[in-house]
Amino acid sequence: MPLDLVLNVVVSGVLTGLVYGLMALGLSVIFGVVRVVNFAHGEMMTIAMYAATVLFAALGLDPFVAMLPIAAAFFVFGYVLQAGLINPFITRPEHSQFMLLVAVAIVMVNAMLMIFGPDARNVQVSYQLESFEVGKLLIDKARVYAAGAAVLASASLFAFFRFTLTGKAIRACADNYLGAKVVGLDVKRLYALTFGVGAACVAVAGCAMVLLVEVTPSLGPAYTLLAFVIVIVGGLGSMGGALLGGVLIGVSEALAGLFIAPSAKSMFSFGLLILVLLLRPQGLLGKRS
Amino acid sequence: MSRRAALLSLLVVSLLALPHFAGAYAISLATLILYFAYSGQAWNVMMGFAGQLSLGHSLYVGVGAYAAGALFFHYGIGPWAGLWVAILLCVLLGVVIGFLAFRFGISGVYFALLTIAFAEFTRIGFDHFDWIGGPGGMFLRVAQRDAWDLVNFRGPPLMYYYAMLALTAGAFALCFFLLKSRPGYYWQAIRENEEAAQALGINTFRWKMLAVAVSAAMTSVSGVFFAFYYNNLFPEQIFHISRSIEIILGPVIGGVGTLFGPILGAAVLTLLSDGITEAVAALGWEIPGIKQVFYGLVLLLVIMFLPHGIWPPLARRLGLHKR
Repeated sequence: MPLDLVLNVVVSGVLTGLVYGLMALGLSVIFGVVRVVNFAHGEMMTIAMYAATVLFAALGLDPFVAMLPIAAAFFVFGYVLQAGLINPFITRPEHSQFMLLVAVAIVMVNAMLMIFGPDARNVQVSYQLESFEVGKLLIDKARVYAAGAAVLASASLFAFFRFTLTGKAIRACADNYLGAKVVGLDVKRLYALTFGVGAACVAVAGCAMVLLVEVTPSLGPAYTLLAFVIVIVGGLGSMGGALLGGVLIGVSEALAGLFIAPSAKSMFSFGLLILVLLLRPQGLLGKRS
Repeated sequence: MSRRAALLSLLVVSLLALPHFAGAYAISLATLILYFAYSGQAWNVMMGFAGQLSLGHSLYVGVGAYAAGALFFHYGIGPWAGLWVAILLCVLLGVVIGFLAFRFGISGVYFALLTIAFAEFTRIGFDHFDWIGGPGGMFLRVAQRDAWDLVNFRGPPLMYYYAMLALTAGAFALCFFLLKSRPGYYWQAIRENEEAAQALGINTFRWKMLAVAVSAAMTSVSGVFFAFYYNNLFPEQIFHISRSIEIILGPVIGGVGTLFGPILGAAVLTLLSDGITEAVAALGWEIPGIKQVFYGLVLLLVIMFLPHGIWPPLARRLGLHKR
């Protein structure tokens, strides 16, 4: 196997992995703060992808432009979902939360099926067929832009949690629920904000992803599982871990597709997940609770 | 207690008599309800009794179905022998997963995700396993369907109905006795507070392992039934996470940890799904996905407004409240 082919595949795996990482970052932020596992995460991702195809078909909007209104709409959607549906469930047992979000996911995936049908949809922009030449490497332009958007969104999320007062308040809720209540934080509202922020991450990731793959309703459950794998590998609740996990899974998928069979690629992800859970259950970058 | 016994015997008698006044379609629907009641009961041992949340029970359904199915397909070995192979394999798998998880202190959400990971890992593995047909599936020979061939478990739908009824009744009795015996009390102690249970000297590791083993063994039997009832097996379908969710829905809707919950939940959900299918057909709204949207919405409402499932409030209403 020629070395530059392998290198090409690794680079494209890293770039796709960054988009995966942003998607998983949404899940990780939600779990880290609200302590609810969003089993409808991949379904939300496909909704964002469909929204991008619709805006492209109707208005000719480039997905990178459509990203902003879609992220804003997703923020509102996530806020409402948490405030209206999930907040009453935060004190209920895990299987109850799981069922709630599974029901939400069933409604979402089948609503997509009703509206868009089972056939794949995509967007076609001029730069999708172009690529950058770096030495012997040929890198798709669309993939570079998508990864760039993912990095930019992740960086702003880091900045939000690090430097803004609201971000600090959300971190306080995550660190100590009771303490946050004692100092007078409106925890329920901050939870809703967090879910909104997580949903906005997924929206940006979805708009970037739609340039790389075609979207079908059945992609939703697959992305949910993928996001779980990534956050567990990286460390549930750790933001850097989600990005690292995304890149690891992106590269391992790409290499497995090259060396073994494309259909076996997620077996490696799940194998990696099992290993990480057993050897380092808090994830690669996670802190022991 | 007598009221419960009376109600239970009424249920058993009406289920035994059902074929005399129900058509073929109702029988197939009732078989499906019993199938979900049985597998829900099996899942309930692990989650409802011992508090270990498994979201990967499709693993045991699939391995059980493929073990017995492959023995029949390749060597003509009937399900009565295949059953034990299926049980053995699934107990082994459950014990390995349980050992890894409990030894390394994995619990809660992490344990649930670990069970999903094993099920998905196996699904993709079976997709690349040519001996059992890979993604193209495995098809069991369907002989003539009027004679009851109990040796090879081939026969008319009625035979499968009674087999499933016997299994469900057996599972109910087993769970009843388990709950009233030493393991049941230990499990409930672990479910309520594992640290306290440990402090009282309960070997929580051993009893959690037993719960996984019992649950895996029971679930594998439903897999064997699945193989010989439907006669075709695809890794993509049988190991899929949606199959694990199907198993869980019954007990969660009916009432986790109760004996009647899985049965009631399976009946409610299967009839609901069937009712939606008929209503959608009658209204002429045949758009793909519309049934599941309604199904999901009803699910959502039940989970929101009946946090403990349908059975506990219903039992209170019927005056069957425990103690």
